[in-house]
Amino acid sequence: MKRMQKSLWPIVAVAVLVTLVALVANCGPKPPQRGGARGAGGSDQASAALATYVAPGDLDEYYLFYSGGHSGQIFVAGIPSMRHITTIPVFTPYPGTGYGFDDESKKMLGGYLWGDSHHPGFSETGGDYDGRWLFINDNANGRIARIDLRDFKVKQILKVPHISANHGSSFVTPNSEMVTMATRMSVPFPGGTYADVTEYAEKYQGIVAGIKLDPDSGDMSLGFEILVPPFDYDLGDAGKGPSEGYLFWTCYNSEREFIEGGKLEVTASQRDKDYILMVDWRAASAAVAGGQAENVGGAPVLYPDKVSDIAWYIPLAKSPHGVDVAPSGRWIVGSGKLSPTTTVYDIEKVKKAIAEKDFSDTIDGIPVLKYESVREAEVPVGLGPLHTQFDGRGYAYTSLFVESAVAKWKLPPYDDPSNMEQYVVDKIPVSYNIGHLVTAEGDSVSPDGNYLVALNKLSKGRHLSVGPSIPESAQLIDISGEKMKLLYDAFTEPEPHYALIIKADKINTVEVYKKDDDTWPKNEDAVWSVEETKIERNGSTVEVWMMAVRSYFAPDVIRVNKGDTVIIHVTNIEQTRDELHGFAIDDYNINLVIDPGETKTVTFTAEKSGVFAFYCTNFCSALHQEMQGYLLVK
Amino acid sequence: MKDYFYGITKKLIQPLSIKSRVVTIVAALILPLSFLAPLWHMTFVAQQYPEGLNLYIYSHALVGGNDGNDLTEINVLNHYIGMRELAPEDFNELKWIPLIIGGLMLLTLRAAAIGTLGSLVDVFVMSSYFGLFSLWSFWYKMNLYGRELDPTAAVKVDPFMPPVFGYELVGQFHVWSYPAAGSYVMTAFGLLLLLAMYLSWRSDPRAPV
Repeated sequence: MKRMQKSLWPIVAVAVLVTLVALVANCGPKPPQRGGARGAGGSDQASAALATYVAPGDLDEYYLFYSGGHSGQIFVAGIPSMRHITTIPVFTPYPGTGYGFDDESKKMLGGYLWGDSHHPGFSETGGDYDGRWLFINDNANGRIARIDLRDFKVKQILKVPHISANHGSSFVTPNSEMVTMATRMSVPFPGGTYADVTEYAEKYQGIVAGIKLDPDSGDMSLGFEILVPPFDYDLGDAGKGPSEGYLFWTCYNSEREFIEGGKLEVTASQRDKDYILMVDWRAASAAVAGGQAENVGGAPVLYPDKVSDIAWYIPLAKSPHGVDVAPSGRWIVGSGKLSPTTTVYDIEKVKKAIAEKDFSDTIDGIPVLKYESVREAEVPVGLGPLHTQFDGRGYAYTSLFVESAVAKWKLPPYDDPSNMEQYVVDKIPVSYNIGHLVTAEGDSVSPDGNYLVALNKLSKGRHLSVGPSIPESAQLIDISGEKMKLLYDAFTEPEPHYALIIKADKINTVEVYKKDDDTWPKNEDAVWSVEETKIERNGSTVEVWMMAVRSYFAPDVIRVNKGDTVIIHVTNIEQTRDELHGFAIDDYNINLVIDPGETKTVTFTAEKSGVFAFYCTNFCSALHQEMQGYLLVK
Repeated sequence: MKDYFYGITKKLIQPLSIKSRVVTIVAALILPLSFLAPLWHMTFVAQQYPEGLNLYIYSHALVGGNDGNDLTEINVLNHYIGMRELAPEDFNELKWIPLIIGGLMLLTLRAAAIGTLGSLVDVFVMSSYFGLFSLWSFWYKMNLYGRELDPTAAVKVDPFMPPVFGYELVGQFHVWSYPAAGSYVMTAFGLLLLLAMYLSWRSDPRAPV
């Protein structure tokens, strides 16, 4: 027995081992490498070229989401290459993806042909971007949209009553409980009321709002509105760390007037100081829950002269734009466009002033904190400071519109406050007239501190001329060292305001809607085989359940009578990535683009009689040209 | 000559030695592992399919890579040249191969329990025949699918034969076809049977079993 064990077991063990190794053996191809080529070149230009070069087939390290301004879109690019990758239509129809042509997206757009997308905001968990949703405001029509980052598509557009020109948006709290909205251009309250501008000071009102987010679905609903004096509520941010629980908005025109022909640029610049409005969103939510809000046109509105301890004003150098919370959450940075300084506030001092009622004034029930009590320092950054971002190493970067530059300066503490100049440690010129800037994950609790993108308003002469409609410029700047280094010029369509940079691995997309993936809402009108397709007539309504696959539609003939209501559901049954199909009907102003596994529906009236070809618009295969059919309207 | 056959027969009817039985049991036990892994693996790589399409042939199933979608994709591509759809329900092999593997396992266990060297030889011969027949069947199906193309297909191609073993360029596709883990399990099974036979052959027929 003993001998057997010695002689036999090794052989058996080897056989079993061979089998197990064979079972687990897996030799798949490796994915492309993320991150561009890196290395030190001879000259500055050579090193900049190497730093931004992403070899063919390789992937960028970061996503850059630009707001598209009055194009109503979001542009997605890669960093460091700055290559434009895709456009996400949000507030504007976009035939390229069929957005605004199918029933669902058309309904979401609500009849608007455009929006003014300004400030993208990521969902956050613990103050860090979690890569689930992207929010974006419509500055023109009081709306906010949510994009699902699994498929880069808009899932919801929320229109909120009373808000006029929603600019101070979309700033998200550190655990995605709330996203902000605010009135930039005050109008009479409630929304839709008529009052002449001569009654501006009394009848016109601003609104700031907290939009509640469902923690699982991201679904947005109105949490509260606060009626505030008719100033222009501009940019905002959500507090984090010690400032968690507060929302901040800058406001200009605290002169509280609109004089006809008086030029707001003049009348709104008379006072030495404007304000930051600070709101305790938990207290405001509790006040709504406690029945202290008045329902006005479906909105729970809080009046600060009746409900105390929800809002405060902090004085700030006049005509401010950005208010930005440092990664630690302690320092609040406000920039007055017409002052050569940026002001840093200490949230601990702010809390103390509130506790001690250290107020200098009260406006419509909102206490004004004493400036000297809450200010930590004024930093002489330069001319026209607009917006500030952070690197996570104790430095802040402020855009200087007038000076066309970015200033790098040190956050508190300051050993020698009598000489603040020494804390502005570097400055780099940009081309030209920078508005916002963005650093990698720069408004989260843990910025990456390597890249900064300057979003410039003017780009004159730095690209091939395209006539007078000149694009905008975005410049990639390396901030990993002591001195900022310009790496790359990119140009975008009109008109990025703010942008966000997120590490690529935080976003997990799907490229195919899998037939059995129940994490997406089920579409009852999907058909997955030729046998399931059908055409049904019900009175004067003809309903078609169609499928598309390489390279045919089934059915490929639809017969209707003039005046019929036609409903067509098209399912792209492909389960292979990048096998999109289009469905366009000649002369009927219809173009759907259906992604693999997706079903889209279009409803229209067959107003014109005749024969109309339909065809696949999104190139799919060698026989794409043959992918066609006919709509016969008798 | 007579003595030679007599000697062989005497060896063959001798009961298996203990070592031999243990090895035979191990062989029988690893055989069902071949259900867990594919027997054959085909990879199709083209410029626009850099990650490749994968087709795994199990004893009981035909499975595409990428959550099964690669099989659909192969069928979508093949419809252009008029090739019949690779539908698992059309492959009888997927029904009888598992049955036979189960039968072989029972026969192997039987040999281990009450068998002689002769019954081991039977199991080995049957397994080899089964293996070769399966390979032929696989080759025949490949040949049939590549030969019987729909004459009305959009793209006319000459009848072709994808590789059963090794590499071939088929149209724009580089195709590799190799045995996979399940086949290695079968091979290990065969080697263990050989080892068991050798151990019994070598052992002393007069020794107590």
